[in-house]
Amino acid sequence: MMEFALASAIGVLTAAGVYLLLRARSFDVILGLTLLSYATNLLIFSAGRLAVGKAPVLQADLAANLDNYTDPLPQALVLTAIVIAFAMTAVTIVVAMRSRADNRSDHVDARKPGCDA
Amino acid sequence: MSHLPVLPILIPLLAGALILLVERRGVMAQRIVAWIAMATLLLAAALLLVRADQGTLLVYLLGDWPARLGIALMVDRVNALMVMTTALLATASLLYACAGWDRRALHFHALFQLLLAGLNGAFLTGDLFNLFVFFEVLLIASYGLMLSGGRGLRMRAGLHYVVFNIMASTLFLIALGLLYGLTGTLNMAEMALRIGAADPADLALIRAASAILVVVFCSKAALLPLYLWLPETYSRAPAAVVALFTVMTKVGVYAVLRVYSLVFVFAGDATADWVWAWLLPAGMLTLVMASLGALAGRTLRGTVAYLVIASAATLFIAFALRTPAAVGAGLYYLVHSTFVTAALFLIVDLIRRQRGAIADRLESAAPMGSATLLGLLLLIGAVSVAGLPPLSGFVGKLALLGAVPAEHTWAVWSVILVTSLMTLVALSRVGSQVFWRAEPLPRDRPAPTPPRRLEVAAAMVLLGYGVLLTVAAAPAMRYVQSAGEQILAPETYIEQVRNTPPKLRKPSP
Repeated sequence: MMEFALASAIGVLTAAGVYLLLRARSFDVILGLTLLSYATNLLIFSAGRLAVGKAPVLQADLAANLDNYTDPLPQALVLTAIVIAFAMTAVTIVVAMRSRADNRSDHVDARKPGCDA
Repeated sequence: MSHLPVLPILIPLLAGALILLVERRGVMAQRIVAWIAMATLLLAAALLLVRADQGTLLVYLLGDWPARLGIALMVDRVNALMVMTTALLATASLLYACAGWDRRALHFHALFQLLLAGLNGAFLTGDLFNLFVFFEVLLIASYGLMLSGGRGLRMRAGLHYVVFNIMASTLFLIALGLLYGLTGTLNMAEMALRIGAADPADLALIRAASAILVVVFCSKAALLPLYLWLPETYSRAPAAVVALFTVMTKVGVYAVLRVYSLVFVFAGDATADWVWAWLLPAGMLTLVMASLGALAGRTLRGTVAYLVIASAATLFIAFALRTPAAVGAGLYYLVHSTFVTAALFLIVDLIRRQRGAIADRLESAAPMGSATLLGLLLLIGAVSVAGLPPLSGFVGKLALLGAVPAEHTWAVWSVILVTSLMTLVALSRVGSQVFWRAEPLPRDRPAPTPPRRLEVAAAMVLLGYGVLLTVAAAPAMRYVQSAGEQILAPETYIEQVRNTPPKLRKPSP
């Protein structure tokens, strides 16, 4: 059940992200990138297999194997990915705002509203 | 020296931080730090090249964990060559920027050093996730370099570039998540062994991950149909920056060569070889399209940008042939094409500023200043990039044509020779349009200021590297041939990585 929930969450986030990414306004594109990064983070997290109530940190009284612990590495990877995605979102927002101010349009190709050419 | 492999990453990283600290003391202080770092980096890269040429793999365990657990840096002949190429290219690029661009672009020197740290890290790392991190480091620095001091349409081109690269990075992470979930390691050598021993049921997912990875790397390397972002970005970025960007497409090519000669080789024929079977025709098609783009170019910088795509496509053809001689010839061509396309970007930037309002559009303009000097520089660059004797382009293409196996001779020879002719026609067109067709000089406009000496010197340095590659063709060829043999023998590579014990950690985990 948990696998199904996680897999569908990844699928829905990816689908919504791709849809928004293909839209013509830079704000939608940035939202799409954010959703895609959430989907990716969940995917990486699931690479360490899903487990309930297991710690990633070794304890003295438990044998060190994957029956007793969850894999800590994907969690570290996800942290790295979250930080990078967060920074990238900030960069994109700044660039998009500057592009909107300079070109007077938030269309990704900097066209005027209502002009389809 | 046992810490040598990490120096090409540490030096620019520290210099970048230091430059941020001295930024308030003015541009001279920044330049001094930047040049000291550059000189040290050149020295480290040269030492690395000499060490790598002894034939043993240098393995550097960061944090002293064994390679299968921690992050390892690895240096063989190919990595050392890439680091050396980057350092030499960056020297010329820095020289060009010090003529005045660094006063106009905020934080130029700091970002420049961080970009170098990212590039060197991507070339040296032996860990797939670390490769992703260094890709991000170099991309973040490149966003800053490209957009600093820019406005208007450069911002639009910048938005496309940023969004496209974030998308590629997201795909990279998806592939990494799949591969880690299936193999439980991120070290490339260890992953190769585990993929070789993988459950046949997992092979389909491994193949999917390898396909996602090749999309990521090819979007960096601008392979058809993923090159559309490149001409716009490269023709809107400042010249000193774009000269260094020419090595960024080569990062993608290098990543394909490294990952698909190592990680997936033991996965059975269907997973190991399909990428190369695809890349050969894709490379040829890209080469044709890029040459057509250069022929059809309406601006100087757009034409040169298509030549960058053409050079990356030639590399894909060379590497996809999978013989040591072809890969070696490709590596020689990689070094040559990096220098010569960077030189062309600097030269057309100098030409552009002599042409008043017409700038780099290929239209008739008033007679330009310093036409003899700039014309001569463009001529040398054009001869070299088109592959005419006697310069390094000719040596590289000759070696590549000589190394083509019999079954591909017809296709590869005709594509490479015809596109060389197209490049030659495109550049002749540029040259005659810019230097020979002139409007009468308007009276009211003052003559443009002649190009600064430092900028001309930077372009000459880059062309000089090409001459050096031609004069020293024999030792360079010997080096790249052994590099080709080394990268096509992943078994020894893996063995050396696995047999490197931690230095201090006892007992070894």
